[in-house]
Amino acid sequence: MTQPAAGDLTDGQWHRLHPATPLLRGGIILVAILGFVLANFRERLVDWVFGAPELPGDPLQTAYERGQLGWAVVVVVVALIVGIVGFYASWRMHSFRVGDDVVEVRSGILFRTHRRARLDRIQGIAISRPLFARLFGAAKFDISVAGQDAKVQLAYLRSSDADRLRHDVLVLASGARAEVSPAAPAAALTAADGASAPDAATAPDAATGAHPDTAAAASAGLVNQRVRELLAPELDPSIAPPESVVRIPPARLIASLVLSGFTVVLVLVAAVVVVSSLLGRREFFLFLILPGALAAIGYYFNRFTKSLRYSIAATPDGVRVGFGLLSTSNDTLPPGRIHAIEVSQPLLWRPARWWMIRINRAGAAGEGSAQTSTTMLPVGTVDDVRKVLGLLLPGLAGEHTRELVLAGLTAPSGAGFTDAPRRAWPLRPFSWRRTGFAETDDAILLRSGFVWRHLTVVPLARVQSLRVSQGPVLRLLDLVELAVHTVAGPVRASVAAVDRATGTRAFERWSAEVVAAGSSDRSHRWAEAPDGAATESPQP
Amino acid sequence: MSTPDDLNPADGSGSKRLLVGGEWQGVSPKYVGVEVVSSIISGLVLCAVAVVFVVMGAWFGWILLGVAVVIAAVMLVLAPRRVRSIGYQLRADDLVFRRGIMFHRVVSVPYGRMQLIDINRGPVARALGLAELKFVTAAASTGVSIPGLVDSDANDLRDQLVGLAETRRVGL
Repeated sequence: MTQPAAGDLTDGQWHRLHPATPLLRGGIILVAILGFVLANFRERLVDWVFGAPELPGDPLQTAYERGQLGWAVVVVVVALIVGIVGFYASWRMHSFRVGDDVVEVRSGILFRTHRRARLDRIQGIAISRPLFARLFGAAKFDISVAGQDAKVQLAYLRSSDADRLRHDVLVLASGARAEVSPAAPAAALTAADGASAPDAATAPDAATGAHPDTAAAASAGLVNQRVRELLAPELDPSIAPPESVVRIPPARLIASLVLSGFTVVLVLVAAVVVVSSLLGRREFFLFLILPGALAAIGYYFNRFTKSLRYSIAATPDGVRVGFGLLSTSNDTLPPGRIHAIEVSQPLLWRPARWWMIRINRAGAAGEGSAQTSTTMLPVGTVDDVRKVLGLLLPGLAGEHTRELVLAGLTAPSGAGFTDAPRRAWPLRPFSWRRTGFAETDDAILLRSGFVWRHLTVVPLARVQSLRVSQGPVLRLLDLVELAVHTVAGPVRASVAAVDRATGTRAFERWSAEVVAAGSSDRSHRWAEAPDGAATESPQP
Repeated sequence: MSTPDDLNPADGSGSKRLLVGGEWQGVSPKYVGVEVVSSIISGLVLCAVAVVFVVMGAWFGWILLGVAVVIAAVMLVLAPRRVRSIGYQLRADDLVFRRGIMFHRVVSVPYGRMQLIDINRGPVARALGLAELKFVTAAASTGVSIPGLVDSDANDLRDQLVGLAETRRVGL
């Protein structure tokens, strides 16, 4: 089979996917059927040779007794052949091409699909490696663009190719391609990415193993390579500067799950069930506790494995978030693709001083649910928050914003924020002092919550529209509500109580600033500008 | 057009109402017809629900019917004011839209953020020669639509806004 060298994938030619793709996409079932049939045949053969007693109910036996064995074999074999040919043909017909401006995928046997996505519209690239695919050294490659079901999926690619392809696609997308000469890609990468590029360029070579060419060592090398890939750290240490990497100790992860809101609900439900069963309704116990407990355990296990070995790091191509123990997945967000950031603290995490960071993004990439692709930090200390904000904010907002966020997180009031006036207390009895907003040159910050602390950052260049509104209660109190609309996601950016005059002025000011920021925003080709405000790799 | 006092009051001092300055454009007074019809229909539905309870002999049936009639009457009486509260401004770089008496809201959408513009016509609006312009941005919560525009105005405004959106095109 064609074994394209890693660097060739972006040469503008059509390429096929990993040869094991048909197997990984469901062909394995056919193999299983074949195995089943062969196993039955083996019993027949054993019977023939040794004359063992015949067991009723064996389909082959029944067919044999009725003289239909030949037909049954023909049907099974034909079905298998059709299936295998089908999977093989779909693999043959499935090809992709990465050009200078677009990435294209052609697929389908009878109904052909041709999907084409503009590179400067890429919202993120995710590479996921399910456990089974990892055994074959394959990886699933997802390019997400904004829109419903609008992702370009390449399943499956060679694991090492996937990392390389992501780097190349992002370099192309960044608009730095004018500097990339085909003869010297490594040199061009150095020019584009600064000091960390040599590491990135050598990393795939290191991953492909020590015996790339020697034919004799090929098979042994293959096994070694698989084992190495399985055991490799989730994040290649040479890709990102170590000081930018945030990790989560498993103990903290478990504790954070135990202290989550889900646990509170679970305990309440359990209490209700136990009390009602003590009152004589025993049947509740069996019918609710057992499935409930199973579901809860499944939820915890799922969340735990999803967040295990979590890492977030600054790579030359953008922020990279990776997680997963057996099935790993990682997601790279180019600069300027984050529409809103929220730092929040569930009530039970407060004694531990843990925080969580979520974002809004257009088009969530990857296999994981929206939850995993929008959670940037599942649980972390203030120090982790500082680091992660340092990764997320460049290209969005400056150092000043980060300090403002960190100061505003825990401050009981003020700290650079314009808070609600005292007369807002009927609406926010505890949190009126903390309910407010702040603004920097390039972002709007909204803060709320005394019990459940929240702080939202929206970069001005990503704001879709602004709203100021007033209901009857707010009118009585001479207040207004301000809302900043961004693309859909877990983060909702609004501040419920602002002094009317202040809020109206802020609305006027922001609507002018949003227009200015939008028209000067160049992040869809983030490395194109020669002076490049947001071009450098994010450094904390 | 509606009285300028409603859309552009002289001065908001003393009042606690949310007011955003500028020259607001009103919508066609004929749109009151659409609002009246929809008020009548929703009033009838409310009354029908109440009548069901009356027929069933519930003790609160007549109270419910009374409340429904009062709500329908208030909706009907306020229809002209509701229509007068709708306004929009085409500013240099963004469209500002306002609406609502009790729950008043003002939304500003930069021209460059508009992804597409719909023209909708309901049955009553079509009979009156009116159309509704609906703006879609990448944010689902934007939700701006200007009802009660005269057909030809709606088309002109749509073309003008599409042109503005094109010249000020920005990324997502």
